[in-house]
Amino acid sequence: MARPAPQPDPAVDIEKQIATLEAGSPSEADREEIERLRGQLEILRRTPGAKPSGDAWEQVLIARHPNRPYTLDFIHALFTDFTELHGDRRFADDPALIGGLARFEGRPVAVVGHQKGRDTEQRVKRNFGMPNPEGYRKALRLMKLAEKFRLPVVCLVDTPGAYPGKGAEERGQAEAIAYNLKEIPKIRTPIVVVVHGEGGSGGALAIAIGDRVLMLENAIYSVIAPESCSSILWRDWNHKQEAARALKLTARDLHGFGLVDTIVPEPAGGAHTDPPGAAANLKAAISAALGALTPLSMDNLISLRHERLRKLATFVIE
Amino acid sequence: MAWFRKDKPPLKAPPEKRVQTEGLWVKCESCKQIVWKGDLEGNLQCCPKCGYHFKMTAPERLAMLFDGGHYTEHDAGLASSDPLGFHDTKAYRDRLKQAQNQTGMKDALATGEGRIEDRPAIVCAMEFRFIGGSMGAVVGEKITRAIDRAIAGKLPLIVVSCSGGARMMEGAISLMQMAKISAGLARLDEAGQPFISVLTDPTTGGVTASYAMLGDLNIAEPGALIGFAGPRVIEQTIRQKLPEGFQRAEFLLEHGMLDAIVPRKELKGYLARTLGLLSRS
Ligand SMILES: [Zn+2]
Repeated sequence: MARPAPQPDPAVDIEKQIATLEAGSPSEADREEIERLRGQLEILRRTPGAKPSGDAWEQVLIARHPNRPYTLDFIHALFTDFTELHGDRRFADDPALIGGLARFEGRPVAVVGHQKGRDTEQRVKRNFGMPNPEGYRKALRLMKLAEKFRLPVVCLVDTPGAYPGKGAEERGQAEAIAYNLKEIPKIRTPIVVVVHGEGGSGGALAIAIGDRVLMLENAIYSVIAPESCSSILWRDWNHKQEAARALKLTARDLHGFGLVDTIVPEPAGGAHTDPPGAAANLKAAISAALGALTPLSMDNLISLRHERLRKLATFVIE
Repeated sequence: MAWFRKDKPPLKAPPEKRVQTEGLWVKCESCKQIVWKGDLEGNLQCCPKCGYHFKMTAPERLAMLFDGGHYTEHDAGLASSDPLGFHDTKAYRDRLKQAQNQTGMKDALATGEGRIEDRPAIVCAMEFRFIGGSMGAVVGEKITRAIDRAIAGKLPLIVVSCSGGARMMEGAISLMQMAKISAGLARLDEAGQPFISVLTDPTTGGVTASYAMLGDLNIAEPGALIGFAGPRVIEQTIRQKLPEGFQRAEFLLEHGMLDAIVPRKELKGYLARTLGLLSRS
């Protein structure tokens, strides 16, 4: 599986990033980033081969593991002829949300996904996997392109969330996400969503609407990061483990709530221990999902999609 | 979830921002003058001295918009099932009970059906006093049922937002309400019925990033804070102070996100007029 240039020790790079952040009188947002990086160190230092406990906090650490395959790694492992397409045709190209055309098992498809960076330089370039409005607008543009040519769409979800920046607000971050949520249900072509790393709130959801939602075994999906939840509800950073448990953000939880159709198994120890193995499992799951969706007539597909969205997450007492 | 300020005790507005209730008098947040509550009530909760828009409760909002204050409420009995069994420093169940006792509502939104200047319409109004107007499964289901009713009865839909965003205590289930409601609005598009989104102070997070920004018309009350991320989070992320007026309704109008800013006194007339212009004959 294609990987960025091998690094002697990711821990060294992470320690350097923590030191840099701590040296510059860290803000609350920096504190959150430091917490995330400390989590990455924690999981890196874990004895290799140690059995995952299945605890929610550990799932969070594995989902953010610095060696976990990212969207481009999966794209290169799952597809051939990947041709990246850029830009939202409105303002800019967003490197945090990529997309293009490719072949899946020989058949042309469109693919979009959040992209995180692995080293410091890539992390900055990819804005830590946090898209601006242009990313969401590009994703919708590519889905409409796919619709025109009847190409199935595969969405690869892995983001801490949409970018909370000044320009993002000025250019309509909320509108960009909202518009996708309304328009994707209308797209007349099969859509398979894969949450493979972090499903971070609205920033994840904006490309996570589809006919089948798959989730990797150790991926997480949440309305808020456990660190932020701890900081808001407990008013300090020390309850992130409790927050992770309380939020019910694991693949098992989401599947139990009926928000996810299929849990894709990962190699023992997590996807980072055997990226080709993880990709092979995912390939089989996408193939099965597309196989079930392809025979449906377009009208049937859209009406089933609406039915599923209408019933989604109805947890009320009359 | 902008309704919490972590540096202050949770679930209480910061003291300087709290409306000072010394019996029958309140202090206006904007002009700092002391206003008689009776004057506020007679003025649609707007400061008679400076025009500042105080928050309205959901029942007040519905009464203000419907002719003669008359409407039929729908789905008033829907309540949260606490799907996560959520517990932080306090059980979510207890937070719900407290909010229910305080507001007399089961959750953070009320749906009414009635007439606006004789035009039949459905209005959903959010209740900020109910856990910061946060959106969980009940808000999601009630708006979606309102959409279903609008489609079935060929009625226009108005949603008056006032919310800190998705409700943390219902986790990913809150998040999915954004998808459910927005997909419902896609069906409303196809049915050709109008949807007017009214954004009031504050409208942020997952509410802005779903239905609040999806109106055929997006209109806001003057001075309303409207955004995806809260201003404090943005300032920490970019390490800069935000300029005066950032994310206020006037700023959003300037940046092309709103059709109009409509003062509360003109809101009902504005809605009646535009619904008339959008109705299919
Ligand atoms: Zn005043």
